[in-house]
Amino acid sequence: MRKFDEMYTRLPYEFFSKGEQIRDHYKIYDAWLARQPGDMMAKRREEAEMIFRRVGITFAVYGEKDEDGSGTERLIPFDLIPRIIPAHEWASMEKGLVQRVTALNRFLHDIYHGQEILKAGLIPREQIEQNAQFRPEMVGVAVPNQIYSNISGIDIVRAPDADGNAEYYVLEDNLRVPSGVSYMLEDRKMMMRLFPDLFNAHRVAPIAHYPDLLLETLRASSPHTTAEPNVVVLTPGMYNSAYFEHAFLAQQMGVELVEGQDLMVKDNFVYMRTTRGPRRVDVIYRRVDDDFLDPKVFRPTSTLGCAGLMDAYKAGNVTISNAVGTGVADDKSIYPYVPKMIEFYLGEKPILNNVPTYMCRNKDDMAYVMANLKDLVVKEVHGAGGYGMLVGPAATKEEIEDFRKAVQANPSGYIAQPTLSLSSCPTFVESGIAPRHIDLRPYVLSGKTVQMVPGGLTRVALKDGSLVVNSSQGGGTKDTWILEDEALLGAPAATQTQTQSD
Amino acid sequence: MLSRTADHLFWMSRYTERAENTARMLDVNYQTSLLPQSEAVAEVGWQGLLSISELLDAYKEHYGDIQARDVMDFMVKDENNPSSILSCLSAARENARAVRGTLTTEVWETQNTTWLEVKRMVKNGDFEKDPAQFFEWVKFRSHLSRGVTVGTMLMDEALYFMRMGTFLERADNTARLVDVKFHAVQSDFFGTANEKDQEYDFYHWSAILRSVSGFEVYRKVYRDVIKPERVAELLILRPDMPRSLHASLNEVVSNLRLVGSDPNSETLRRAGKLRAELQYGRIDEILATGLHAYLTQFLDRVNDLGAHISREFLVATT
Repeated sequence: MRKFDEMYTRLPYEFFSKGEQIRDHYKIYDAWLARQPGDMMAKRREEAEMIFRRVGITFAVYGEKDEDGSGTERLIPFDLIPRIIPAHEWASMEKGLVQRVTALNRFLHDIYHGQEILKAGLIPREQIEQNAQFRPEMVGVAVPNQIYSNISGIDIVRAPDADGNAEYYVLEDNLRVPSGVSYMLEDRKMMMRLFPDLFNAHRVAPIAHYPDLLLETLRASSPHTTAEPNVVVLTPGMYNSAYFEHAFLAQQMGVELVEGQDLMVKDNFVYMRTTRGPRRVDVIYRRVDDDFLDPKVFRPTSTLGCAGLMDAYKAGNVTISNAVGTGVADDKSIYPYVPKMIEFYLGEKPILNNVPTYMCRNKDDMAYVMANLKDLVVKEVHGAGGYGMLVGPAATKEEIEDFRKAVQANPSGYIAQPTLSLSSCPTFVESGIAPRHIDLRPYVLSGKTVQMVPGGLTRVALKDGSLVVNSSQGGGTKDTWILEDEALLGAPAATQTQTQSD
Repeated sequence: MLSRTADHLFWMSRYTERAENTARMLDVNYQTSLLPQSEAVAEVGWQGLLSISELLDAYKEHYGDIQARDVMDFMVKDENNPSSILSCLSAARENARAVRGTLTTEVWETQNTTWLEVKRMVKNGDFEKDPAQFFEWVKFRSHLSRGVTVGTMLMDEALYFMRMGTFLERADNTARLVDVKFHAVQSDFFGTANEKDQEYDFYHWSAILRSVSGFEVYRKVYRDVIKPERVAELLILRPDMPRSLHASLNEVVSNLRLVGSDPNSETLRRAGKLRAELQYGRIDEILATGLHAYLTQFLDRVNDLGAHISREFLVATT
């Protein structure tokens, strides 16, 4: 099977190939790298780690302890080599993302209202109604702008199509509480701090305005016509693995970071407890799963939410973002239907393709999956974070047989996909610079309009040969550059400062 | 501002200030222990230090006899002692982390770096190698923390609650420090020292002055030899001495005024009353009732004030 690298035109590659195998948009970077002294990367990495530690950009790892038994905070592995995408590729990806997320939001509205897509027979009714992520509480509830997923993280990989040409595929939609955007922003900040000369030499599209777009999106989703809607970020607390991101986004937007205990509901309005008494809350950007939002409606033991929240929500007095019940659209068993949704709701051909997917609940697909387990990636439809999956080509015979039994016991709980040859990108690992598999998660914001910052978070599987990029599974991150195409053509314009003449 | 946020900010500052004052007390005891003195006198000094911090029982339970080395370990790096420097700096950082979005990047990074560094220093035994330098470091991290707070934070409620925490804690700590003599010699001070105590007194009171960076200040203000009643006056009543009870209460009251919206606030009334007594108080009156008795009552009222601040602003009940 053909393999792609982001930087090199041929694989396997040799480092410092004097430019002849370098893809155009990496040429300046490659020439720059060739000029650097041998120990530069190691020094920069050390510097980066020191800064991340001081700034406290960490994630908590459940159930782990430091060698001195105290902290459970880990730095997210950050790779120094950027992943570069030329602007024309991004332009088409962006169109595809707007289209896809628009259709997914239309689908969510439909599912909780008229259910036209079920009536049209495009998706089997039981696929929706027996899905644990379908929230009957949401049927008929109006949400602002009819937008359910205000913040969507769409995972994209670059891999060969049937003819062996490189193409971007959507691997997964994340419509509940997609995380990682703080790493996207911090990675960029770090790169600019470590390598200012690289940013002089390239025209990299800026991304630092993401928090402004996010705030604009959230304010546009306020249920009230007030000029100053009170937006808050709801976090499970400082021991949550993504706490850094919650605090970071609240700070960048200049809004309060609240925990469930800071909220209360009175007469179907939500208030936060402040030093000057209760203050009304209009929009809650929640980083807490549906199940924990309201102990009166969902998990009764939850202390992370606020009792009565759902009543206030259904009364239209507060916006919960993303809406309750978005999980029904990002489930792996729904994913295969997304191209159909695009055609059904928008009357358009999908710009971004799905990875071909076999649904084990279908007899023919099941037979194929059983016969080809060793070549397929099999995923639990409700799995997340890289858990509950089988990568056939990398698995042992026993693992394959164990998975076979699990799938046979519950076919509708699984889907399978061909093992994609994810593109690789040069990455600075222990043994030096080596190719590692990557994906891309752009963050799509939907309020009154659909918008995003150029690029997203590139995640990289740091283990040799691994295809799993999740940070909980030894994944790292890279800065992602969307590079203006003109910049590839000529030398970068030198900036000149006026000086006093003698 | 969220009540919980205000609570974290208030306690972040209190713990930072407490770490600094613990370092100040330990430093003075350590410096004094380098002077020629009998073992008994040295032991009394360390015992006094534990006693004013109300930690004598906890210490004895873990370590038994009073040994300089053990007391320092207990007060510097024992994680079971919530008042140790390590515990205070960890607690300050945990509170900061809980509200890092409210802090400026520089304030947060200062707290975080202090915590990362103190862990490293304790692990590497830096404190044992040179205690004086370690205490100096703790003091300067606290200076830095206050400076970066005042220098970068927006002048709004967040800053006021942090300042309130700093000065309420300082009032408490300075009062304990002035009271140390009572704990050390188990006799109250009524303003007249007998002759044999005089030499001891000089070292004792000048050590206290040094611990609050007040030695030069004393000389400048009084142009006099070290006299106990004047040291007490400086540290209790002078509004221009930045670590005095009066100066600390001035700050507590002015920050309370800035956050309060209730003109009938009971918290503000109590704080104002306590401040007024310092403002119009005289050292001879205080000494006439007994310094220890006065300070004991003062500590109770500071404690009560903390509880009122908590109830009115930090722990929302509705």
